[in-house]
Amino acid sequence: MTEKKIRVLVAKPGLDGHDRGAKVIARALRDAGMEVIYTGLRQTPEMIAEAALQEDVDVVGLSVLSGAHMALTPRVMELLRANGQSHVKVFLGGIIPDEDLHRLMEMGVAGVYGPGASTEDIIRDIKTAVAA
Amino acid sequence: MTFSQAILNGDRLALARLLTKVENNSEEGRSALMELFPHTGKAHLIGVTGAPGTGKSSLVNQLALHYRKHEDKRVAIVAVDPSSPFTGGAVLGDRVRMRDLSGDPNVFIRSMASRGSLGGLAQATANVVQVFDAAGFDIIIVETVGAGQSEVDIARLAHTTLVVEAPGLGDDIQAIKAGILEIADILVVNKADRPGVENTEKALKTMLELAHPTERVFQHHGTYMGMSAPKKNPNAKMWIPPIQRTVSTEGNGIPELADAIAKHVEHLRSSGDWALRERTRLEVELEALIRNGLMNRFREDIPAERYEETLEAVVQRKVSPWEAATALLNGRSK
Ligand code: B12
Ligand SMILES: Nc1nc2c(ncn2[C@@H]2O[C@H](COP(=O)(O)OP(=O)(O)OP(=O)(O)O)[C@@H](O)[C@H]2O)c(=O)[nH]1
Ligand SMILES: [Mg+2]
Repeated sequence: MTEKKIRVLVAKPGLDGHDRGAKVIARALRDAGMEVIYTGLRQTPEMIAEAALQEDVDVVGLSVLSGAHMALTPRVMELLRANGQSHVKVFLGGIIPDEDLHRLMEMGVAGVYGPGASTEDIIRDIKTAVAA
Repeated sequence: MTFSQAILNGDRLALARLLTKVENNSEEGRSALMELFPHTGKAHLIGVTGAPGTGKSSLVNQLALHYRKHEDKRVAIVAVDPSSPFTGGAVLGDRVRMRDLSGDPNVFIRSMASRGSLGGLAQATANVVQVFDAAGFDIIIVETVGAGQSEVDIARLAHTTLVVEAPGLGDDIQAIKAGILEIADILVVNKADRPGVENTEKALKTMLELAHPTERVFQHHGTYMGMSAPKKNPNAKMWIPPIQRTVSTEGNGIPELADAIAKHVEHLRSSGDWALRERTRLEVELEALIRNGLMNRFREDIPAERYEETLEAVVQRKVSPWEAATALLNGRSK
């Protein structure tokens, strides 16, 4: 019998220690039946891409509240591509100013979420993106 | 190139993807396993079990670092965490403690959800281990679910099983789970920087002294203990599980633990237990496959209505389960 689970890496790149959001998301995705690999704080883009490869995830979720998302996000995506994982969908959450949204979408980020975002929306968006 | 070729060539992405296919028990995964099987049987499998929070992941991190730095061995880690019985989802958090290992191409960490299996491992863990073995990892460390209901699974799979305890979890003999002596090849008292190490160690020692030393090979109650079965060396001394203190946050006691593990391997080799364990493990696997195969064949042969009727007769206490089973088995190929 083949059992297919959505596997998600939830990572905190950069130096900020705000991990509540990442943990809330990890738990919400678990409760939606996904397998969530949580990597903890202070991950470099290299560490994140390596973990994404070893864990063969469908989705990488980045949580950034430090303001460094415009540097960290493209770097992670570049490394994923270099590893042959361009099929992996990247989601971003945290403190993301509106003026960055357009460029993030252009980069190919699958979804961006700020404070108060509903976890139901996030779950739905991830399922849709993975099925696509 | 096929999966198995790519993996034998050291392709990490192919390895990661095959692990998923094997974990999902897909057709592709099974056929790759068949091709890879001749390349297995070389790795040393180390199991790490113990109550939640005793420091298993931190210990695995330090052990792997040790093997990388001092022995240049390639290390694979399989870390199993529980799936939620309600949603089937899981949060796999063991990697948090293994960040020191990132950036090393000779280390490969894979997290696995238990997916409803109760023995502290997932159903597919043994197969995942086989893939790593074929991929040429010298040491494969398997961390079990902390709250495994029966840790026998890991002892069956691993060559060397470490049972991790820590002070402050209630240090009397009762608190230390009964049965661990039967599976522990090495007892680790982690968090030795914490007050109460002496008590934990004393409790373990007392348990060891109370227990009569027993043979630690899992004899399989198979019918075919054939003549080709490897023989135990009759002169071999009994292995008494040593107690090792460690501080996994710092790395204290790790070289000594690695030493004890090496001694255990030596013991397994010289006593003949290594071959016996291998044989038992493969026999259990073979039997499980036969059992599944026979069950499937039986289900195909017996009309579903006939099965239902018989079951109903048992439920109504008209027929005993023994009679019912005999009747179904006899009527199988009617
Ligand atoms: C709680 C908090 C803290 C706590 C953090 C505790 C912890 N362990 O997380 C403490 C007190 C430690 C803290 C410290 C600091 N903080 Co603070 N903190 C906050 C605060 C008030 C709430 C953050 C929070 O936990 N929210 C609850 C969670 C559930 O929400 P969330 O993280 O936003 O997550 C949601 C979405 O963003 C999204 N999401 C998040 N991650 C992900 C990931 C994925 C994959 C997806 C799909 C979605 C997603 O979904 C979640 C659910 O809706 C915010 C202000 C705010 N309103 O956001 C400031 C805030 C983040 N902090 C800020 C600052 C500046 C700091 C400090 C630097 C302050 C200082 N000068 O010392 C320090 C730095 C600490 C450090 N080491 O990094 C600033 C950041 C400014 C910026 N980026 O431009 C903020 C925005 C406050 C402000 N308005 O200035 N902080
Ligand atoms: N003081 C001290 N703390 C330790 C030591 N080893 C681990 N810890 C801490 O104990 C906590 C749990 O460690 P883990 O390595 O995650 O334990 P675990 O047994 O893998 O936990 P589960 O996988 O959740 O069952 C962490 O906060 C570690 O930092 C140690 O030797 N001394
Ligand atoms: Mg752990």
